[in-house]
Amino acid sequence: MLIQAIAFYFFAAIVVASAVMVIWSRNPVHSVLWLILAFFNAAGLMVLLGAEFIAMLLVIVYVGAVAVLFLFVVMMLDIDFAAMRAGFSRNAPLGLLIAAVLLAELLLAVGAYSAGGLTLGKAAGDAVQAADTSNIEALGALLYGRYIILFEIAGIILLVAMIGAIVLTFQPPKPGARARQDVGKQIRRRPEEATVMKNPEIGQGIEL
Amino acid sequence: MIGIEHYLTVGAILFVLGVLGIFLNRKNVIVILMAVELILLAVNLNLVAFSAFLQDLTGQIFAMLVLTVAAAEAAIGLAILVIYFRTRGSIAVDDINRMKG
Repeated sequence: MLIQAIAFYFFAAIVVASAVMVIWSRNPVHSVLWLILAFFNAAGLMVLLGAEFIAMLLVIVYVGAVAVLFLFVVMMLDIDFAAMRAGFSRNAPLGLLIAAVLLAELLLAVGAYSAGGLTLGKAAGDAVQAADTSNIEALGALLYGRYIILFEIAGIILLVAMIGAIVLTFQPPKPGARARQDVGKQIRRRPEEATVMKNPEIGQGIEL
Repeated sequence: MIGIEHYLTVGAILFVLGVLGIFLNRKNVIVILMAVELILLAVNLNLVAFSAFLQDLTGQIFAMLVLTVAAAEAAIGLAILVIYFRTRGSIAVDDINRMKG
Protein backbone atom coordinates (compact mmCIF):
# COMPACT_ATOMS: atom_id res chain seq x y z
CA MET A 1 0.00 0.00 0.00
CA LEU A 2 2.82 2.39 0.82
CA ILE A 3 4.53 1.84 -2.50
CA GLN A 4 1.23 2.61 -4.23
CA ALA A 5 0.90 5.86 -2.31
CA ILE A 6 4.48 6.84 -3.16
CA ALA A 7 3.92 6.03 -6.83
CA PHE A 8 0.66 7.96 -6.90
CA TYR A 9 2.15 11.10 -5.38
CA PHE A 10 5.19 10.82 -7.65
CA PHE A 11 3.13 10.59 -10.83
CA ALA A 12 0.59 13.18 -9.68
CA ALA A 13 3.28 15.71 -8.74
CA ILE A 14 5.05 15.33 -12.07
CA VAL A 15 1.86 15.48 -14.11
CA VAL A 16 0.77 18.69 -12.38
CA ALA A 17 4.22 20.27 -12.61
CA SER A 18 4.57 19.47 -16.30
CA ALA A 19 1.05 20.77 -16.99
CA VAL A 20 2.09 24.05 -15.36
CA MET A 21 5.16 24.13 -17.59
CA VAL A 22 3.02 23.46 -20.70
CA ILE A 23 1.11 26.69 -20.22
CA TRP A 24 4.01 28.65 -18.71
CA SER A 25 6.89 27.85 -21.00
CA ARG A 26 8.05 30.58 -23.38
CA ASN A 27 9.00 28.26 -26.20
CA PRO A 28 6.19 26.18 -27.74
CA VAL A 29 8.64 23.39 -28.55
CA HIS A 30 9.33 23.11 -24.82
CA SER A 31 5.58 23.18 -24.24
CA VAL A 32 5.15 20.15 -26.47
CA LEU A 33 7.92 18.30 -24.66
CA TRP A 34 6.34 19.08 -21.28
CA LEU A 35 3.01 17.87 -22.70
CA ILE A 36 4.67 14.56 -23.58
CA LEU A 37 5.96 14.25 -20.00
CA ALA A 38 2.46 15.01 -18.67
CA PHE A 39 0.96 12.29 -20.85
CA PHE A 40 3.54 9.74 -19.76
CA ASN A 41 2.82 10.40 -16.11
CA ALA A 42 -0.94 10.36 -16.64
CA ALA A 43 -0.43 6.96 -18.25
CA GLY A 44 1.41 5.96 -15.08
CA LEU A 45 -1.57 7.05 -12.99
CA MET A 46 -3.85 4.95 -15.18
CA VAL A 47 -1.61 1.93 -14.74
CA LEU A 48 -1.97 2.42 -10.99
CA LEU A 49 -5.74 2.37 -11.47
CA GLY A 50 -5.54 -0.97 -13.27
CA ALA A 51 -6.39 0.39 -16.72
CA GLU A 52 -3.30 -0.77 -18.58
CA PHE A 53 -4.87 -0.68 -22.01
CA ILE A 54 -5.98 2.95 -21.75
CA ALA A 55 -2.54 3.83 -20.41
CA MET A 56 -0.79 2.25 -23.39
CA LEU A 57 -3.29 3.84 -25.75
CA LEU A 58 -2.53 7.21 -24.17
CA VAL A 59 1.18 6.78 -24.78
CA ILE A 60 0.72 5.52 -28.34
CA VAL A 61 -1.92 8.00 -29.49
CA TYR A 62 -0.78 11.11 -27.67
CA VAL A 63 2.97 10.76 -27.62
CA GLY A 64 3.21 8.89 -30.88
CA ALA A 65 0.73 10.86 -32.95
CA VAL A 66 -0.65 14.03 -31.41
CA ALA A 67 2.54 15.34 -29.81
CA VAL A 68 4.54 14.64 -32.95
CA LEU A 69 1.90 16.47 -34.97
CA PHE A 70 2.22 19.45 -32.62
CA LEU A 71 6.01 19.40 -32.86
CA PHE A 72 5.79 19.20 -36.65
CA VAL A 73 3.48 22.20 -36.88
CA VAL A 74 5.42 24.26 -34.33
CA MET A 75 8.67 23.70 -36.18
CA MET A 76 7.19 24.09 -39.67
CA LEU A 77 5.54 27.45 -39.10
CA ASP A 78 7.92 30.37 -38.79
CA ILE A 79 6.33 32.31 -35.99
CA ASP A 80 7.59 35.08 -33.73
CA PHE A 81 6.68 33.57 -30.41
CA ALA A 82 7.89 36.51 -28.35
CA ALA A 83 5.15 38.73 -29.76
CA MET A 84 2.68 35.99 -28.96
CA ARG A 85 3.25 36.47 -25.26
CA ALA A 86 2.49 40.17 -25.31
CA GLY A 87 -0.83 39.92 -23.48
CA PHE A 88 0.40 37.32 -21.03
CA SER A 89 0.63 39.45 -17.89
CA ARG A 90 -2.43 41.48 -18.84
CA ASN A 91 -4.59 38.38 -19.02
CA ALA A 92 -3.05 36.77 -15.94
CA PRO A 93 -5.21 38.29 -13.13
CA LEU A 94 -8.55 37.41 -14.72
CA GLY A 95 -7.33 33.97 -15.69
CA LEU A 96 -5.98 33.26 -12.22
CA LEU A 97 -9.22 34.45 -10.64
CA ILE A 98 -11.36 32.22 -12.83
CA ALA A 99 -8.98 29.29 -12.32
CA ALA A 100 -9.09 29.73 -8.52
CA VAL A 101 -12.90 29.82 -8.50
CA LEU A 102 -13.12 26.80 -10.79
CA LEU A 103 -10.62 24.81 -8.75
CA ALA A 104 -12.43 25.63 -5.50
CA GLU A 105 -15.72 24.49 -6.99
CA LEU A 106 -14.29 21.27 -8.37
CA LEU A 107 -12.56 20.41 -5.09
CA LEU A 108 -15.81 21.16 -3.25
CA ALA A 109 -17.55 18.70 -5.52
CA VAL A 110 -14.86 16.08 -4.92
CA GLY A 111 -15.11 16.60 -1.16
CA ALA A 112 -18.89 16.31 -1.26
CA TYR A 113 -18.62 13.13 -3.30
CA SER A 114 -16.07 11.51 -1.02
CA ALA A 115 -17.98 12.53 2.13
CA GLY A 116 -20.54 9.94 1.10
CA GLY A 117 -24.28 10.00 1.52
CA LEU A 118 -24.93 10.73 -2.15
CA THR A 119 -26.94 8.16 -4.02
CA LEU A 120 -25.24 8.72 -7.34
CA GLY A 121 -22.20 6.79 -8.46
CA LYS A 122 -23.54 3.26 -8.29
CA ALA A 123 -21.99 0.78 -10.64
CA ALA A 124 -24.07 0.61 -13.78
CA GLY A 125 -24.36 -3.13 -13.98
CA ASP A 126 -22.68 -6.08 -15.55
CA ALA A 127 -19.68 -4.46 -17.26
CA VAL A 128 -17.39 -5.82 -14.56
CA GLN A 129 -13.90 -7.09 -15.18
CA ALA A 130 -13.87 -10.72 -14.07
CA ALA A 131 -11.14 -11.68 -11.67
CA ASP A 132 -9.40 -14.12 -14.02
CA THR A 133 -9.37 -11.93 -17.15
CA SER A 134 -6.89 -9.25 -18.03
CA ASN A 135 -7.92 -5.66 -18.54
CA ILE A 136 -7.40 -5.75 -22.30
CA GLU A 137 -9.38 -8.98 -22.66
CA ALA A 138 -12.37 -7.63 -20.76
CA LEU A 139 -12.22 -4.32 -22.64
CA GLY A 140 -12.05 -6.09 -25.98
CA ALA A 141 -15.04 -8.29 -25.21
CA LEU A 142 -17.02 -5.21 -24.22
CA LEU A 143 -15.82 -3.01 -27.10
CA TYR A 144 -16.48 -5.53 -29.86
CA GLY A 145 -19.71 -6.70 -28.28
CA ARG A 146 -22.03 -4.29 -26.58
CA TYR A 147 -20.27 -1.11 -27.68
CA ILE A 148 -19.64 -2.04 -31.30
CA ILE A 149 -21.64 0.97 -32.51
CA LEU A 150 -19.44 3.26 -30.42
CA PHE A 151 -16.39 1.65 -31.98
CA GLU A 152 -17.73 2.22 -35.51
CA ILE A 153 -18.58 5.82 -34.69
CA ALA A 154 -15.02 6.36 -33.45
CA GLY A 155 -13.74 5.00 -36.75
CA ILE A 156 -15.99 7.33 -38.73
CA ILE A 157 -14.85 10.30 -36.63
CA LEU A 158 -11.25 9.50 -37.46
CA LEU A 159 -12.09 9.07 -41.16
CA VAL A 160 -13.86 12.43 -41.26
CA ALA A 161 -10.96 14.10 -39.45
CA MET A 162 -8.47 12.58 -41.89
CA ILE A 163 -10.45 13.67 -44.96
CA GLY A 164 -11.01 17.09 -43.42
CA ALA A 165 -7.32 17.64 -42.72
CA ILE A 166 -6.38 16.58 -46.25
CA VAL A 167 -9.05 18.75 -47.87
CA LEU A 168 -8.04 21.75 -45.76
CA THR A 169 -4.33 21.61 -46.44
CA PHE A 170 -4.36 20.33 -50.03
CA GLN A 171 -3.09 22.84 -52.57
CA PRO A 172 -3.97 22.11 -56.20
CA PRO A 173 -0.87 22.53 -58.40
CA LYS A 174 -0.77 25.84 -60.26
CA PRO A 175 -0.83 25.40 -64.05
CA GLY A 176 2.67 25.61 -65.48
CA ALA A 177 4.26 25.94 -62.07
CA ARG A 178 5.37 22.37 -61.81
CA ALA A 179 7.01 19.93 -64.23
CA ARG A 180 4.21 17.78 -65.57
CA GLN A 181 4.33 14.54 -67.45
CA ASP A 182 3.65 14.79 -71.19
CA VAL A 183 3.02 11.26 -72.42
CA GLY A 184 3.06 12.10 -76.13
CA LYS A 185 6.40 13.87 -75.82
CA GLN A 186 7.84 10.91 -73.96
CA ILE A 187 6.67 8.45 -76.63
CA ARG A 188 7.91 10.59 -79.53
CA ARG A 189 11.42 10.70 -78.05
CA ARG A 190 13.89 8.54 -80.05
CA PRO A 191 17.15 7.01 -78.78
CA GLU A 192 19.33 8.83 -81.37
CA GLU A 193 18.24 12.28 -80.19
CA ALA A 194 18.63 11.41 -76.54
CA THR A 195 22.00 9.60 -76.43
CA VAL A 196 25.41 10.19 -77.97
CA MET A 197 28.01 7.53 -78.71
CA LYS A 198 31.66 8.60 -78.28
CA ASN A 199 34.91 6.72 -78.44
CA PRO A 200 37.37 8.93 -76.54
CA GLU A 201 41.14 8.64 -76.73
CA ILE A 202 42.79 7.19 -73.66
CA GLY A 203 44.02 9.94 -71.38
CA GLN A 204 42.00 12.58 -73.22
CA GLY A 205 38.97 14.37 -71.95
CA ILE A 206 35.65 14.26 -73.68
CA GLU A 207 33.65 17.22 -74.87
CA LEU A 208 29.94 16.99 -75.41
CA MET B 1 -4.51 4.77 1.28
CA ILE B 2 -5.17 6.29 -2.10
CA GLY B 3 -8.87 6.70 -2.77
CA ILE B 4 -10.88 8.00 -5.67
CA GLU B 5 -10.83 11.55 -4.32
CA HIS B 6 -7.06 11.73 -4.83
CA TYR B 7 -7.46 10.92 -8.51
CA LEU B 8 -10.38 13.32 -8.84
CA THR B 9 -8.25 16.06 -7.26
CA VAL B 10 -5.48 15.50 -9.78
CA GLY B 11 -8.06 15.56 -12.56
CA ALA B 12 -9.53 18.82 -11.24
CA ILE B 13 -6.10 20.46 -11.02
CA LEU B 14 -5.27 19.39 -14.58
CA PHE B 15 -8.60 20.69 -15.85
CA VAL B 16 -8.09 24.05 -14.17
CA LEU B 17 -4.57 24.29 -15.55
CA GLY B 18 -5.97 23.72 -19.02
CA VAL B 19 -8.54 26.49 -18.60
CA LEU B 20 -5.85 28.80 -17.21
CA GLY B 21 -3.65 28.02 -20.19
CA ILE B 22 -6.39 29.16 -22.55
CA PHE B 23 -6.68 32.43 -20.64
CA LEU B 24 -2.96 33.10 -20.35
CA ASN B 25 -1.96 32.35 -23.93
CA ARG B 26 -4.85 33.99 -25.70
CA LYS B 27 -2.73 34.90 -28.71
CA ASN B 28 -0.99 31.62 -29.31
CA VAL B 29 -3.33 29.08 -30.88
CA ILE B 30 -0.83 26.24 -30.59
CA VAL B 31 -0.63 26.56 -26.81
CA ILE B 32 -4.43 26.89 -26.68
CA LEU B 33 -4.72 23.57 -28.52
CA MET B 34 -2.28 22.02 -26.06
CA ALA B 35 -4.37 23.36 -23.17
CA VAL B 36 -7.44 21.72 -24.72
CA GLU B 37 -5.48 18.46 -24.82
CA LEU B 38 -4.74 18.90 -21.10
CA ILE B 39 -8.46 19.39 -20.40
CA LEU B 40 -9.32 16.22 -22.30
CA LEU B 41 -6.57 14.37 -20.42
CA ALA B 42 -8.16 15.46 -17.13
CA VAL B 43 -11.54 14.19 -18.34
CA ASN B 44 -9.97 10.87 -19.30
CA LEU B 45 -8.33 10.57 -15.90
CA ASN B 46 -11.68 11.13 -14.19
CA LEU B 47 -13.42 8.59 -16.41
CA VAL B 48 -10.79 5.94 -15.77
CA ALA B 49 -10.75 6.64 -12.02
CA PHE B 50 -14.50 6.24 -11.73
CA SER B 51 -14.34 3.16 -13.92
CA ALA B 52 -11.76 1.58 -11.66
CA PHE B 53 -13.39 2.47 -8.36
CA LEU B 54 -16.95 1.59 -9.41
CA GLN B 55 -15.82 -1.70 -11.01
CA ASP B 56 -17.45 -0.81 -14.32
CA LEU B 57 -15.47 -0.97 -17.54
CA THR B 58 -17.83 1.34 -19.44
CA GLY B 59 -15.83 4.32 -18.27
CA GLN B 60 -12.71 3.00 -19.97
CA ILE B 61 -14.64 2.44 -23.22
CA PHE B 62 -15.79 6.04 -23.04
CA ALA B 63 -12.25 7.21 -22.32
CA MET B 64 -11.23 5.61 -25.61
CA LEU B 65 -13.92 7.59 -27.42
CA VAL B 66 -12.67 10.79 -25.80
CA LEU B 67 -9.15 9.88 -26.93
CA THR B 68 -10.40 9.48 -30.50
CA VAL B 69 -12.14 12.83 -30.43
CA ALA B 70 -9.01 14.47 -28.99
CA ALA B 71 -6.86 13.10 -31.79
CA ALA B 72 -9.36 14.19 -34.46
CA GLU B 73 -9.61 17.64 -32.89
CA ALA B 74 -5.84 18.09 -32.85
CA ALA B 75 -5.57 17.05 -36.51
CA ILE B 76 -8.33 19.38 -37.71
CA GLY B 77 -7.18 22.25 -35.48
CA LEU B 78 -3.61 22.08 -36.71
CA ALA B 79 -4.78 21.82 -40.33
CA ILE B 80 -6.84 24.99 -39.90
CA LEU B 81 -3.81 26.61 -38.27
CA VAL B 82 -1.58 25.69 -41.21
CA ILE B 83 -3.92 27.17 -43.84
CA TYR B 84 -4.49 30.25 -41.69
CA PHE B 85 -0.73 30.75 -41.44
CA ARG B 86 -0.38 30.17 -45.17
CA THR B 87 -2.83 32.93 -46.06
CA ARG B 88 -1.96 35.49 -43.37
CA GLY B 89 1.65 34.80 -42.42
CA SER B 90 0.91 34.82 -38.70
CA ILE B 91 -1.22 32.89 -36.24
CA ALA B 92 -2.31 35.78 -34.00
CA VAL B 93 -5.82 34.91 -32.90
CA ASP B 94 -6.64 38.51 -32.08
CA ASP B 95 -7.32 39.48 -35.66
CA ILE B 96 -8.90 36.20 -36.66
CA ASN B 97 -12.28 37.93 -36.84
CA ARG B 98 -11.14 39.54 -40.08
CA MET B 99 -11.93 36.20 -41.68
CA LYS B 100 -15.64 36.95 -41.54
CA GLY B 101 -17.48 36.84 -44.81
